[in-house]
Amino acid sequence: MDFTAEQIERYSRHILLQDVGVEGQEKISNGKVLVIGAGGLGAPILLYLAAAGVGTLGIIDGDVVDLSNLQRQVIHFTPDVGKPKVESAKEKILQINPEVKVVTYHQFFTAENAFDIIKDYDFVVDGTDNFPVKFLINDACVLAGKPFSHGGILRFDGQTLTHLPGTACYRCAFHSPPPPNAVPTCSQAGVLGAIAGMLGTIQAAEVLKFLTGAGDLLTNRLLTFNAKTMNFRTVNLKQNKKCPICGEHRSITQLVESEQAVCEIKSKK
Amino acid sequence: MSKIKVNDELQEVTLPLTVTGLIQLNNVLQPDMVSVQLNGEFVERGEFDATELKEGDEVDFLYFMGGGC
Ligand SMILES: [Zn+2]
Repeated sequence: MDFTAEQIERYSRHILLQDVGVEGQEKISNGKVLVIGAGGLGAPILLYLAAAGVGTLGIIDGDVVDLSNLQRQVIHFTPDVGKPKVESAKEKILQINPEVKVVTYHQFFTAENAFDIIKDYDFVVDGTDNFPVKFLINDACVLAGKPFSHGGILRFDGQTLTHLPGTACYRCAFHSPPPPNAVPTCSQAGVLGAIAGMLGTIQAAEVLKFLTGAGDLLTNRLLTFNAKTMNFRTVNLKQNKKCPICGEHRSITQLVESEQAVCEIKSKK
Repeated sequence: MSKIKVNDELQEVTLPLTVTGLIQLNNVLQPDMVSVQLNGEFVERGEFDATELKEGDEVDFLYFMGGGC
């Protein structure tokens, strides 16, 4: 790929980086990334990946913008209330960077569509707000051998890990989804708006590191932080022999969805 | 008193103490929802009661975080 003078100027701060350079920017420009959920995490992830010039950005979200989203979902603006989130996000992405190809899926990520959607992408990012889908993303990506970033936030806390084939997965640490309503979600317990930005930008940085090959990914590590103390820590993980999807005795060989939990969480909104 | 590390912080505890006991000592909000690593290996929930801690052990409590929206 030959960059135009305008592209070289647009991406000059990446190109200046020794670990990125023209070569790394080319990899970013050829990258195909799927962001699942255009909400609190998806917003900063999409904004930074668009600005970075990721070639293709897929966005999947079945929701429309709600007034209560605007406290943290910084890709959506007040006039967007009522608009599908994928459309609202696409408009902002193209304003930041018209070079990005945006593919929108105005639907939810399910066991039925999972493999078909992720197959077109190099990397998947979890920006969802409930456990059934977080586990579904893990399972689909592990079974398909697809790298992904897990992210979760609640109140003043956030956590994230990056999975590549052969490294610890989300189920290695968290065996199976908690029973419905056992662990509160943001819509039940609240979240400090900026936490979404803190965690989402970490996930976006992981994507750019993955695409360029710069640095060490958060593989076999779980990064957690608490914004009250501003303590960050990484817990070393390793693949769990008893993991139901990547361990020695695998009980999960196909996608199953905890439908009921999804419905219950949805109706709580 | 014996020293063990919990989430990177040194704690003084009285042995014998099980993983379940340590969870109680740390006032973990939802004891049945916490994932526990002991010296880098996950302990299955069913083994919490039977797993005895010893001096110098390093324990990580990991919590579910399901938000993102
Ligand atoms: Zn696993």
